[in-house]
Amino acid sequence: MRLLSIFILTLAFACTTNIATASPVDTYEFNDEVTKIRFQALSKELRCPKCQNQNLADSNSPIAADLRRELYELLQQGKADSEIVNFMVDRYGEFVLYRPRVSELTYILWFGPAVLILLGIIVVIVIVRRKPVDKKTLALSSEQKEKLKNLTSDK
Amino acid sequence: MGKLIRFLPLILVIALGVVLYRGLSLNPQDMPSALVGKTMPTFSLKTLNNSEEVVTQADLLGDIILINVWATWCPTCKYEHPYLVDIAKDPQVKLYGLNYKDERVAAQKWLQDYEDPYVFSIFDDEGTLGLNLGVYGAPETFVIDHHGIIRKRFAGAIDTRVWRREFEPLIAQLIEEKKQGK
Repeated sequence: MRLLSIFILTLAFACTTNIATASPVDTYEFNDEVTKIRFQALSKELRCPKCQNQNLADSNSPIAADLRRELYELLQQGKADSEIVNFMVDRYGEFVLYRPRVSELTYILWFGPAVLILLGIIVVIVIVRRKPVDKKTLALSSEQKEKLKNLTSDK
Repeated sequence: MGKLIRFLPLILVIALGVVLYRGLSLNPQDMPSALVGKTMPTFSLKTLNNSEEVVTQADLLGDIILINVWATWCPTCKYEHPYLVDIAKDPQVKLYGLNYKDERVAAQKWLQDYEDPYVFSIFDDEGTLGLNLGVYGAPETFVIDHHGIIRKRFAGAIDTRVWRREFEPLIAQLIEEKKQGK
């Protein structure tokens, strides 16, 4: 059993390292660790305009490579995260943000789930608090009692 | 009222189905450009045919122009090429090329082989102007008015049908605006 779990763990580890090496490898050098982390974070937050379900860090497409280079250069120029994000949005639209900004267009996206949960809770409360059915109507009528008595007293 | 509530889940499911079914026929690549309504970005690049000649946005603007993003590595560009040759015959618009991330010799040969529809092509091998225009592939075509404002961005191939549907009404409108001196 223990051997099996070790085997599974090794396999899982092998899989994750494989995924890591499958991503595109750029050889950017950063002056400090903070910039490196910001680069990694931003390239995960920004979406590749061509291959729409991948972020910049994941994608092998030429445009993603271009945008990573641009991102690197903007970071080297000392631009703030918000400036970089604005730079990308100005060219490629809100679309490049994996975490869209809160605006009239995205209200339904941001608040829709909360509203749905609230509605669900209200429905549950209404159902639970609905008056239980009157017990008197559940009780047997005298006719039914008679019948029951006859059925059970037969033996 | 009670009956209606009983059918509510069914109605909701059908409504959801309609919405999702409609979603199937939408093209996810069809995105509005962030640049529509903004001025044409500035640039300073060489032309394709002359590696000495530098052009800037000032060389393009003033007329109603089309900028067609093309490259020899792009098969769809080859498909739309004959239509561009046709469009170039219209004296009311000027068609410029943006040779995007391409090789100079191959691109020059392409224009020799298939006829050159462009007034000239800007040679953007590093894709810098492309980046500022929000280009993510080829072909793409931009419509820019006489004030230098980007009025439309179209991603994909142009053919007769696309031209009639997507471009002709806008071009007619721009010509009208220009006439009225707007």
